Amino acid sequence: MARRELIFRHALVVRVTHWINLLCMTVLLASGLQIFNAHPALYWGSGSDFGQPVLALDAVQQGDDLKGVTRILGASFDTTGWLGTSEEDGEATARGFPAWITVPSYQDLATGRRWHFFFAWLFVVNGAVYVLSGLLRGHFRRDLVPSGGQLRHIGATIRDHLMLRFPKGEEARHYNVLQKLTYLGVIFLVVPILILAGLAMSPGIDSLFPWLPEAFGGRQSARTIHFICAWTIVLFVVVHVVMVLLSGVFNNLRSMITGRYAIEPPARSAEP
Amino acid sequence: MTIDRRRFLTRAAAAGSALVLAGCDKLSETPWWRATLDSAEAATKNVQRAILPRQKMAQEYPASAISKQFRANGSTDPGAGNPAYAALAASGFADWKLEVGGLVEQPTAFSLADLHAMPAQTQITRHDCVEGWSCIGEWTGVRLSHVLDQVKLKPEAKYILFRCYDSLEQTLDNSGQYYETIDLEDARHPQTILAYGMNGKTLPVPYGAPLRLRVERQLGYKMAKYLRRIEAVAAFDKIGRGHGGFWEDRGYEWYAGI
Repeated sequence: MARRELIFRHALVVRVTHWINLLCMTVLLASGLQIFNAHPALYWGSGSDFGQPVLALDAVQQGDDLKGVTRILGASFDTTGWLGTSEEDGEATARGFPAWITVPSYQDLATGRRWHFFFAWLFVVNGAVYVLSGLLRGHFRRDLVPSGGQLRHIGATIRDHLMLRFPKGEEARHYNVLQKLTYLGVIFLVVPILILAGLAMSPGIDSLFPWLPEAFGGRQSARTIHFICAWTIVLFVVVHVVMVLLSGVFNNLRSMITGRYAIEPPARSAEP
Repeated sequence: MTIDRRRFLTRAAAAGSALVLAGCDKLSETPWWRATLDSAEAATKNVQRAILPRQKMAQEYPASAISKQFRANGSTDPGAGNPAYAALAASGFADWKLEVGGLVEQPTAFSLADLHAMPAQTQITRHDCVEGWSCIGEWTGVRLSHVLDQVKLKPEAKYILFRCYDSLEQTLDNSGQYYETIDLEDARHPQTILAYGMNGKTLPVPYGAPLRLRVERQLGYKMAKYLRRIEAVAAFDKIGRGHGGFWEDRGYEWYAGI
């Protein structure tokens, strides 16, 4: 009978960049929402059509109450306490996102920008180290590009995931096809678009590459897309953390800290 | 019990988040950490200055792109707090003069008529506010470089200082007075103009009448409104609170190209 076996899963550069990345993304999200709160509305196009935001987190006075109203593409929702208005020092305050998710917690655009741009540089440098080493070591080709067989069996993999059956034995030595496609999508699609959309908001960069904001549909569209990409990454992280918890939190954490990952032997009658 | 466990986890998460946030708030006010964060500005400025050719122009738009509603931000009515400005505005700025001095060979005061007599330039550009919104407007005025050539900068001049009529904060030491500085690279840029016209009309008061600065490759707060005096200076560390502008003195980047 096969035995439980420790394999070496994550290279040092992957482990180090992973945790720096986590720090960067956390700060970038919290400081990004601080910046968003300075004008809690998104638009489409080059300029802001103030009467027609794509998204707006408003505070509306109703009698004695300050109501939080979220407007998405014309539809309105009462989001008091969460979006539009939330408690700050025990008092209902007009602010897009609540204090507990912004850096700094109080309204301070200047400081939010300082945090955001410092960690944006760190994020980009860290990401460049990761991508370059991944290309040089053949990590992406070897570990992240799905094989033809994996792609053909994607239906079965989705079914296994929905039933929370995680691979064991030989199969657990590699990422499954859903992992591979998700990681590739985040690394080579969502993050690059997020960075480019962020750069498209810089008037300096826009003078050098006027096609950049235009590629997004204008500077305000780029701001909207930057926001959507950020929340797409949040969604990815939520699923990622849930999967880590469900598929063995200790084993997963150990592999991202020490590099060692345990392969459980396949159940005897699992495979024909 | 699951309820207890859930409550425990929720509280633990809330407490953890509060602790991290309190730490971030505290760090935000810690000088060495603040200096670390601020180092990103130098990186951004140096990289942008390295890759941006000096004369690279900000994008210009067709007349059809002009925003129907252009937001007026910051001061919109300096006359309310400044009788001198109110008196000038009452007479249509006929008595207003732009003093240009400091490190120049020939300090001069220009009237609006003097500025109108200089070669005019019109540009339709996008105004990006640090808050995140953008509006597109048409600006008419005279190139700052043209005015600087009239007064002849001394070689020690490194920055151009703009003093304004408006105060965004009432303070005893006058540090609430709006001012801005730009370096000579931006001052000499072909799109850097002193604008007296907006969207084909005389520049209205909420947008900076009678004269405002346009620095098209930076954010809106660099573009001082309600100009009173321009000075060529060698440094700005002794002006205001020493950071080169009203908003810069309150934590914002001096280099606002991002």
